[in-house]
Amino acid sequence: MTHFDEAGAAVQAALDAGARYADARVMVRRTEAMSARDGDVEDLGFDESAGLGVRALVGSGWGFYAVPELSGPAARLAGRRAARIAAASASVAGSPVGLVPAGAVEASWANECVRDPLGVPLAEKGDLLVRATAAAKEAGADLAEANYSVWDTRKWFVSSEGHRIDQHIRECGAGVSASAFGDGEIQRRSWPSWRGQFGTRGWELVEELDLVGNAPRMAQEARALLTAPLCPTGETTLVLGGEQLALQIHESVGHAIELDRILGWEAAFAGTSWLDLSRLGSLRYGSELMNITVDPSFPGALGSFGFDDEGTPAAKRHAVRDGIWVGVLAGRDSAAVAGLDYAGSVRSDGWSRLPMVRMTNVGLEPGPHTLDEIVAETADGVFMDVNRSWSIDDRRLNFQFGCEIGYEIKNGRLGRMVRNPTYTGIGPRFWQSMDMLSSETVAWGTPNCGKGQPGQIGHTGHPAAPARFTGVRVGVRG
Amino acid sequence: MSAESHVAAQVVDLVRELAGRSAEVEVLVRHDAEALTRFANSAIHQNVADATTGVRLRLHVDGRTTGGSTTVTGPDGLRALVERTLAAARVSPADPAWPGLTPPAALHLSAGHHGSGETSGLEFGFDEATARADPAERAARVRDFVDAAGGLETAGYCRTVYTSAAFANSAGQSAEGRTVEAAMDGIARSGGADGVARLASSRLSGIDGAVLGARAAAKARAARAPVELPAGHYEVVLEPDAVKDLLENLATFGFNGKAFAQRQSFAELGRQQFDPSVTIVDEPLGSRGEPAPGLPFDDEGTPCRSLVLVRDGVTTAVTHDRTSAAQAGTGSTGHASPASRSWGPTAGHLRLEAADATPAGGAAPAGPIAESARPLVGRVTRGLLITDFWYTRVLDAKSLVVTGLTRNGVWLIEGGEIVAAVGNLRFTQSYPQALGPGRVLGIGRESVLLPESWGRARYAAPALHLAGWHVTGNASG
Repeated sequence: MTHFDEAGAAVQAALDAGARYADARVMVRRTEAMSARDGDVEDLGFDESAGLGVRALVGSGWGFYAVPELSGPAARLAGRRAARIAAASASVAGSPVGLVPAGAVEASWANECVRDPLGVPLAEKGDLLVRATAAAKEAGADLAEANYSVWDTRKWFVSSEGHRIDQHIRECGAGVSASAFGDGEIQRRSWPSWRGQFGTRGWELVEELDLVGNAPRMAQEARALLTAPLCPTGETTLVLGGEQLALQIHESVGHAIELDRILGWEAAFAGTSWLDLSRLGSLRYGSELMNITVDPSFPGALGSFGFDDEGTPAAKRHAVRDGIWVGVLAGRDSAAVAGLDYAGSVRSDGWSRLPMVRMTNVGLEPGPHTLDEIVAETADGVFMDVNRSWSIDDRRLNFQFGCEIGYEIKNGRLGRMVRNPTYTGIGPRFWQSMDMLSSETVAWGTPNCGKGQPGQIGHTGHPAAPARFTGVRVGVRG
Repeated sequence: MSAESHVAAQVVDLVRELAGRSAEVEVLVRHDAEALTRFANSAIHQNVADATTGVRLRLHVDGRTTGGSTTVTGPDGLRALVERTLAAARVSPADPAWPGLTPPAALHLSAGHHGSGETSGLEFGFDEATARADPAERAARVRDFVDAAGGLETAGYCRTVYTSAAFANSAGQSAEGRTVEAAMDGIARSGGADGVARLASSRLSGIDGAVLGARAAAKARAARAPVELPAGHYEVVLEPDAVKDLLENLATFGFNGKAFAQRQSFAELGRQQFDPSVTIVDEPLGSRGEPAPGLPFDDEGTPCRSLVLVRDGVTTAVTHDRTSAAQAGTGSTGHASPASRSWGPTAGHLRLEAADATPAGGAAPAGPIAESARPLVGRVTRGLLITDFWYTRVLDAKSLVVTGLTRNGVWLIEGGEIVAAVGNLRFTQSYPQALGPGRVLGIGRESVLLPESWGRARYAAPALHLAGWHVTGNASG
């Protein structure tokens, strides 16, 4: 069963109502999520959401309307209303809107999925979370929590330029965490990260995580952190694990290269960017080891797809090459404003939300080292991993991150565990100080990237490996 | 009976038909019509609306609990929802923490005054004109904001949200209600400096784009040519927008009943944890002439009511759904949501009580200063006036140590007057400590109703004068 007919009816209705361009996407999404605590299942839910969203361009004004009904009359109503809203936009109009060419595509795409996550028996999934939390509890956790989430999304996209694309994207992931309560302080350790690891893969991804096997170590480390010395304060050499580096990329590169931010379209809420388009192709973002790519075709990463929500095919592209800023995340209208010839990074988090510029898979290309080599080459520094808190300014320059765990590095070896490790810096200075980079890349998934009004949650991927940075301020405290 | 009530009753009947009368079931049907007109570079660039009805079902059968939802609300969609959820319940793990259903209980339809015995006499208010607002009305307010900024670049949004909902469960509780909200939030930009103005209201007619645009522009102009200050502890006056961030974080991490039950919150009931001038109340039913900002019942059908969380500096309550309440050995406070069982129940309509009288001492001249903050600024020998906070994140949940940045205007105060604009600053600060006994030097007289930028919570906040705030550096590094 397809829903091209409803999407096509919405597009035609918008055109009939005066739109010069229109597109529509029908999305049907099923989600399943379970959480467990201290050896018991805590919550289990299944959600189904189905509807149609249509976008219309009238003159230089955009309008968007969404309905939860998949019928011809509802689709035509949505198309007409989108055009009416677009007409109201024109009353406070900006510059003329253009769209970079996309080329009409008729296609079908689905990601690889060995074991359908929704087909795995609930008892098996529940047993996994129960056993993982029980194992952490037995190993000394005061609080043990585990969760998994599954998303199964089907989309049908039609545009007035002739696109007809359907996609089936299956995503899942899971994680376990252990907390230890001290006197006025809580320490938490999570495997493989706080929310877990997520990707566009089947349940095999979760099976590979070995939540039960890693849970006891999380409990032991959380307990040990309560009595570990505080992270030292001052400037030092910082080695970051891959999970933390993934979020560093997300916050201080991924959001900064979003073209809508650069153009000021997100100025009031998400913010702008320190990047100036006039310096695209010449600005030094980081050291020569820094090669950032935008790659929605990365197999299994959480930000992967066949086509974005404007019908642009997935393609790998450099955002930073040898430390120089060379590319952005763009949509068809923002690219036209900026005079660029590519788009491909526009998505919505559901049928009821407007597609907008979003990260796909924004990652760091592998380097020549290993983590062991990086530590061995470090005389004095701190190693930190697994994100605990993140904060960055509205231009994506000034950041402060906290990690769950840290270790001193002395004379090429990991030393004492340190608690409450934090570091702070300014994006381009930080990236220019990167002098060693591992080849041990993992495509970390971030299933909770917030942007837009009304709010949208994006799923993004971040291939990353451990790396070393020099002259970083660590141990920031209140 | 509303359309939502009809659907809710249908689903309860379906469950009884398919699972028998022993099944415990609760159903929430919610229709949301949200319209949001967004502008940037002084032009409307995103303009959206949707109307969605969703059905949320929770079942407890043979000791097992499952939840499900759908936006497919025809007969086939509802039957599929019930069948799917029942099938899942039968193979789910046992749920020893099931707290049972909400028994029949009447709604509290009039707004109270934080338990003092005084009532506002308001009925459960609803503005039809806001519910029916069209794109042209929102665009007109955007036009007014842009024009009032006097040529400065502007960005922001104007939105209206109409919600109609009904609840029913197999224990006999049923309820219905509707609510409407309007909000505008915008910045003006001048020479690299931003100024902000935002307001929430239960009526679109209460939103004046010109007033907000002029306020944002005045702030932006006054924030030009900022100086940088060294890190350290500063006396501060926080404007209502910044105070909103304190309330949000206190609600999410401190007054969260699940965090409290799991010893992850600083809250200790009956203990003087705040300055005696601090009283914080959750007001889902509105007060002071404002109709209810929220529905009169929560997702478990528990009637909502005013809840005093802090009275005269003493922590008096935390927010509960039925699960966290059972864990804590108390009753639900009406704060269940789809996420509350996993993330804990949180308050969405906090008010920090404003001062009864204007603080002693002279008021500072208006300039870029919010009305609520003027008398407070006038009493500061040396300190900072902070408009807004940004990207605040918790470093330690128990002590609620938060890091974040300032945004939309910071000024240096000397001798009760603004003497210089200051560049944005990074801070690391325990919020309860900042509001602790002896740390609150003054509270403004006027509360401002403020929308949440991301979701639909609403806060009422006056300005605050605090003895200390830990600045860890300049945003510029």
